[in-house]
Amino acid sequence: MSRIWMLGDNVNTDVIIPGRYNVTTDRAQLARYCLCEVLPAFGQQVQAGDVVMAGHNFGCGSSREHAPAALLASGVQVIIARSFARIFYRNAVNIGLPVLVCEDAVLNSIDGQEIEADLTTGIIRNRTTGQAFQAEPLDPFVERIVAAGGIIEYIRQEGTLR
Amino acid sequence: MGTLTEEIFSHKLGRAVEQDETVVVDVDRVMSHDTTTPLAIQAFRKLTRGDESGGRSGRVFDARRSHIVFDHIIPAATIAAATLHRDVRTFAREQDISILQEGICHQVMPERGYVIPGDIIVGADSHTCTYGALGAFATGMGSTDIGVAYATGRTWFRVPRTINIRLTGTLPFGVYAKDVTFEIVRQVGVDGANYRAIEYSGELIERMSVSERFTFCNMAIEMGGKAGLVAPDATTRAWLQGRTDRQYPMLAPRNPRYERVIEIDASQLQPTVACPPDVNNVVPVGELETVEIDQVFLGTCTNGRLDDLAIAAAILRGKTISPRTRMVVIPASREIYLEAMRLGYLEIFVQAGASVGTPGCGPCIGRHNGVLAPGERALTTMNRNFTGRMGDPTSEIYLGSPATVAATALTGHITDPRKFL
Ligand code: SF4
Repeated sequence: MSRIWMLGDNVNTDVIIPGRYNVTTDRAQLARYCLCEVLPAFGQQVQAGDVVMAGHNFGCGSSREHAPAALLASGVQVIIARSFARIFYRNAVNIGLPVLVCEDAVLNSIDGQEIEADLTTGIIRNRTTGQAFQAEPLDPFVERIVAAGGIIEYIRQEGTLR
Repeated sequence: MGTLTEEIFSHKLGRAVEQDETVVVDVDRVMSHDTTTPLAIQAFRKLTRGDESGGRSGRVFDARRSHIVFDHIIPAATIAAATLHRDVRTFAREQDISILQEGICHQVMPERGYVIPGDIIVGADSHTCTYGALGAFATGMGSTDIGVAYATGRTWFRVPRTINIRLTGTLPFGVYAKDVTFEIVRQVGVDGANYRAIEYSGELIERMSVSERFTFCNMAIEMGGKAGLVAPDATTRAWLQGRTDRQYPMLAPRNPRYERVIEIDASQLQPTVACPPDVNNVVPVGELETVEIDQVFLGTCTNGRLDDLAIAAAILRGKTISPRTRMVVIPASREIYLEAMRLGYLEIFVQAGASVGTPGCGPCIGRHNGVLAPGERALTTMNRNFTGRMGDPTSEIYLGSPATVAATALTGHITDPRKFL
């Protein structure tokens, strides 16, 4: 049972975790205030495995990693967006927060529906409507980092960055 | 063969790279500043602690090519900032890194000769793209990436596609590099260059100083750009003279395949202002003359250089600023500060009623040196006008050229600089 939390375009890092809360690196604190200004119920009601969906340019703004860290701490399984801001995308991959790009899934889903996402195949199934979508494939290098659970784990496994 | 970005990557890797290909490269320099270093240290320690694989026993890859700059809150304005500085100093001492405390990272790195054409540089700050003005590939990253780069001297990139901005014509009276940059952002949009590099070329760019090129490349990120670049030429060489004695390749695009080419004739432009809350919200200055301004700010990595101060000093010479506004001036580096002092600019600003501050970021991120109260409005030479960036969440920021900022200081409302030039 994974619920969709739907957001619009240009959700910036200050919306994901407002600046006044990003002085902390405490995961519980970050999770509690994650998206508090746009989705006030999110911090209380999000369940492990839920999915955040968004429009274009998700995560624009600052290069600080509190934004993906807050989403990761909140337990969401994956972020599915029409597009991501570059630095956010890298930061998410680096800390092991899965991200998928899929126009169709976002355009054909609404907040509160049930969803299933297979991270290895990129197949996204909206269980409420029964529709299935294929996310854009990950770059093979990015896929390896994601599989390792983040870049630090990846380098530990490989012994170096290559 | 390829864009300047592809040429730089091909040169580094010793083989031809292609757009969209993922590569792992050695970086020439790694940079972080007082507010981003603590998290980078965390990632660095996580990676190097307890690692038996030799060569990475908790040391940075090369202390001479690792740079920590204190610029965001200097001198420390709060106990929290002072504590953060203390902890970063401890790390720097442990790693034999010398901390630079003489201005904004993006000004100090090039001034010190740490940026040369063909370099690949990563920094824990989104405006690291500024260094592309010297023909380097430089980009901002998050702290985990920077921690990894400090530990390994390497990073991964997807070789980006490139948008070419071709600038022609001559700058009309009262129009500056900043106004041209606003026009570029207006046309490309705030995410139009996401994942892409931007290469600036054309006769106008060729005639421009390195300082003006910094202004263009600095704001590549305001379009989502990964990097902003200008191919090195005689102007670049002259600027680097005396700053570095390292050899560098004069790389240039060769039969480049650009994703998009945008041509702008600067002769058609007029002085403009970027209105809150987005940088592409560009309006001719004449339409905003009724907007009252509580504070003007001249400085930052976008426009805190000697030529910027010179323009403002010419407007303010022998005058005093309007009693209904206040003015903050922060030279981008110590080198600029000293030169502005010798040339008498600082005296002009102080006589006019401005406060002149220590080289650094100043109030750009709303931590000190002139923060805004609820509902206040500022006109600044900064690169970002996100609501609340300079203080209270309801305070607003307008962006303009140094000339527009100086003219506005005299009247207290947004003013066309041509009236005072
Ligand atoms: S001057 Fe402003 S934009 Fe430039 S590095 Fe400092 S805080 Fe960032």
